Amino acid sequence: MSTATRSLPRALGAHAILLTYTAIALFPVILVVMNSFKSRAGIFGAPLTPPTPKTFDLIGYTTVFGQGDFFHYFQNSLVVTVASLFFVLLFGAMAAFALSEYRFRGNTMMGLYLALGIMIPIRLGTVAILQLMVATGLVNTLTALILVYTAQGLPLAIFILSEFMKQVSDDLKNAGRIDGLSEYTIFFRLVLPLVRPSMATVAVFTMIPIWNDLWFPLILAPSEQTKTVTLGAQLFLGQFVTNWNAILAALSLAILPVLILYVIFSRQLIRGITSGAVK
Amino acid sequence: MGSLKIENVKKAFGPVEVLKGIDLQVSDGEFVVFVGPSGCGKSTLLRVIAGLEDSTSGRVLIDGADVSVTPPAKRGIAMVFQTYALYPHLTVKNNMALGLKQAGTPAAEIERRIKIASAMLSLEPYLERRPAELSGGQRQRVAIGRAVVREPKLFLFDEPLSNLDAALRVNTRLEIAQLHRRLKATMIYVTHDQVEAMTLADKIVVLNAGRIEQIGSPMELYNSPANEFVAGFIGSPKMNFIDGARLGETAKTIGVRPEHLTVDTKSGAWKGTVVHAEHLGADTNLYLDCEKAGLITVRIFGVYNAEPGATLYTTPDAAKTYRFGADGKVLK
Repeated sequence: MSTATRSLPRALGAHAILLTYTAIALFPVILVVMNSFKSRAGIFGAPLTPPTPKTFDLIGYTTVFGQGDFFHYFQNSLVVTVASLFFVLLFGAMAAFALSEYRFRGNTMMGLYLALGIMIPIRLGTVAILQLMVATGLVNTLTALILVYTAQGLPLAIFILSEFMKQVSDDLKNAGRIDGLSEYTIFFRLVLPLVRPSMATVAVFTMIPIWNDLWFPLILAPSEQTKTVTLGAQLFLGQFVTNWNAILAALSLAILPVLILYVIFSRQLIRGITSGAVK
Repeated sequence: MGSLKIENVKKAFGPVEVLKGIDLQVSDGEFVVFVGPSGCGKSTLLRVIAGLEDSTSGRVLIDGADVSVTPPAKRGIAMVFQTYALYPHLTVKNNMALGLKQAGTPAAEIERRIKIASAMLSLEPYLERRPAELSGGQRQRVAIGRAVVREPKLFLFDEPLSNLDAALRVNTRLEIAQLHRRLKATMIYVTHDQVEAMTLADKIVVLNAGRIEQIGSPMELYNSPANEFVAGFIGSPKMNFIDGARLGETAKTIGVRPEHLTVDTKSGAWKGTVVHAEHLGADTNLYLDCEKAGLITVRIFGVYNAEPGATLYTTPDAAKTYRFGADGKVLK
């Protein structure tokens, strides 16, 4: 970093602001993880102190693994998240390609229509969605969740990806056409690799709300067979008694898969492979 | 083995007409350059020939066969793009091979053609590299190689030198000229640079605002331009245009090239003051503000010392003066 654009007080100020923000953002997460390793008395006695030998207790985790079928809930969450993510990226990228690449009547209107979902929350349609799922017999299936989440993720995906696809060189696509590649090959082999960083961005933005969602699992798939982690954790929330150890342990465990997926995608975010295609 | 005929091709994007009826005939082995200012429709015309754009009306015939509705890959053409457009995930070799693989060419044949093309363009040391590991000039050679291996009926070049620096541009221009001589293939080349057009072409097509202004060999265009636009576009520095009325002429505009004016310190047709002098060594460009003719450019071969503010007389070569009518056409 050159000294011409950076001065020490400025750098200190910037770091102070960023560190404060990081502390505020991480505080609840740390609190959850910390308290998940404490006994019930430890949680209520001194919630802000880290576990000491006296308060350290794995009771929360043993409850989670002992009671309820948490491994199964995890599997459900993972299936729903990964499948929805796959469909959002696939259909989102395809729609974005069509919108940015082809001139057809109603192109702009179609783009606006598809972006409308960003402004209107999908939960407004919950009753209609539930009726639809009942009518099609999809209640209490993971398919119901995957369908809803795919619909929920598409607008933002299309919006972001079509902007990026517009930047992919026309010459490259035309070179493919002259070499006899089909439009599908051009899309999958030439365009998709070039927009990979933006796909990763979309993936991260799509994945987190799906993983954390409580609303749709509660309404569409509350059965034991189809419970997701967030819904499963409600098991320990009672009207009169709440098993805080177990809830905190379940939530701490729920952070892990998202963290892993995030690390995978964030690598893609950083890696730019677009160089060399065009000047 | 590679003639092209374009019949009354029109192209409109919505209400905007980009090509307003183009007729053109290119015979086998010719090097044709489309030249014109930006937005004149030359790239669009090339894309219509390639099949990357559909024409609104009119026909495109390659070797006598109507290809107006044939997809680009089946037209027997190859195209070189301004931005190279190499496949970033493939090696140089596979970049060249892809089109042939798609067409189902046997592997041995692909190998043979790549060998010839890479020898021709001195690409052998780079065959296993990816485009990201090549310099701009090398990338453009790969792009040309990718066109060569297809052994097309028509080569299409879309401003292939625009992204290269000046020195490399001259070298690559030379390579393209040699390639044409060696392959004896039909080539169509789009550029906005009239130097490229003059040096490469057998035949130049000057386009302006979606119409063909004139078709001819470089020297025909230089010596007998059909109208004011072609006269101004071909030749550097630009031809001087003087209002006919100021000179007491009947023609609307009088045109004279900078190199067809002579200067003298004592006497001449037009008296003027030197505004600016450009010394290029081999020749000198003088900008004169003349009483009768207005601001004109004079090109003198060799070194000529003239200070701004000095008074000079300049005389046009009467035999090389062009007279244009009110419609811009040349008056005989």
